[in-house]
Amino acid sequence: MAHEHKLEIFRGALKFKSNVSKIWGVFILLSIVTIIEVVLGILRPEALVGNKFLAMNLLNWIFIILTIVKAYYITWDFMHMRDETVGLRRAVVWTGVFLIAYIIVLILIEGDYIYEVYKNGFIKFNF
Amino acid sequence: MEATVVKTGTEGKTWGGGNNPLKASYGKMMMWFFILSDSLTFAGFLASYGMSRFKFIDAWPIADEVFTHFPFLHGVEAPMYYVAFMTFILIFSSVTMVLAVDAGQKMQQKKVILYMFLTLLGGFVFLGSQAWEWKTFIKGDYGAVETNGRQILQFLDTDGKRVALADFAAAQTDPRVEHTNESGIWYKSEPEYKTSVSFEQVKEGFLANENLLIRLPNKDENGQHIVLSREESITKLVNDGNLVVEGANLRHNEYGHPLFADFFFFITGFHGFHVSIGVLLNLIVFFNVVIGTYERRGHYEMVEKVGLYWHFVDLVWVFVFTFFYLV
Repeated sequence: MAHEHKLEIFRGALKFKSNVSKIWGVFILLSIVTIIEVVLGILRPEALVGNKFLAMNLLNWIFIILTIVKAYYITWDFMHMRDETVGLRRAVVWTGVFLIAYIIVLILIEGDYIYEVYKNGFIKFNF
Repeated sequence: MEATVVKTGTEGKTWGGGNNPLKASYGKMMMWFFILSDSLTFAGFLASYGMSRFKFIDAWPIADEVFTHFPFLHGVEAPMYYVAFMTFILIFSSVTMVLAVDAGQKMQQKKVILYMFLTLLGGFVFLGSQAWEWKTFIKGDYGAVETNGRQILQFLDTDGKRVALADFAAAQTDPRVEHTNESGIWYKSEPEYKTSVSFEQVKEGFLANENLLIRLPNKDENGQHIVLSREESITKLVNDGNLVVEGANLRHNEYGHPLFADFFFFITGFHGFHVSIGVLLNLIVFFNVVIGTYERRGHYEMVEKVGLYWHFVDLVWVFVFTFFYLV
């Protein structure tokens, strides 16, 4: 049986010779990202924790972006989403991304609202 | 070109899986949609964790102060290292899984056996690590006092170091007596939740030690927990103190807000349950590879399908790792 994999990552900037070498390449990439996360998690640099962008500090932005990067490469290369048809990819990824983004936005706004009620209302800690 | 081909006997038919515009076999496509729905379940869990955290944003435990243990390193503060280790275990078992899938596509049975075995090993190591993590979390280390308002008071010395309850609780006054049917009301039994010292002992010991302070779960504007002065500490403990808490369970949590422990148990537990199921499926497929089922079938698509599930478990852990331990 013939098997074809798309062997490029970084939009073609990095092309692997075989599927096995691509797997190891992606593993190295994921390891580097994880090590960066752990080092930042231990150091918690003041410059990143202290400064905010859109109500969240820069360190948390970095963590969340790196997590999405990792998720992308796990899905695209380990789960071979890169090799599936466009239809299947969109049916799975767009549905998930839309619904998850939706619930997170709604629920976090609600949580913040309750926080304000606790803070400015007459209600005790364990309301 | 499709990775694997399954003959379903319905080629050319309109129904029954005949036309396949997505060019994926029925099993693989359904595994993808199962993963999609399962990821929504996990998203629901993590979103509700986020909501509770936003509700108590200024009184939420700092994960770096909660998960500080590493096996065989007693008394050493090692935040993050253990979960980083667990993350690497899971990523590496994902790598061996995808190598098994690749070897399966090339019909190399021996290699599939080896890589499936390594994947299984990684799964077991991860589950064992998680069991240890839970054990440490449930056991607790310093102990704390819960107030009537269910706030958690932790104890510090004047240098800002945490102090364990056992180190200062008075030994003599009103030690905790175990309840038995003979000596008390017969229909009341000993509560499930036992602590090594009573609240009275802690209070006595705290008043006797001049260099002890209380730390609140609430945080100041720099994100650090508020430490009370000696006078404030005494007032707080004597007026509001109610119960000794050691470790964490679904009702009490010495590390801070009880919801933190609840979500820890539910989210990592639900993920651990998925890992267990993944290990079981991998085990079944592993034995099938060993006895040559897929050689006879002519393709290794089952390895691909359990592989998808296994990668999904890894994917979820990536998010749990971020939102529980990093952010």
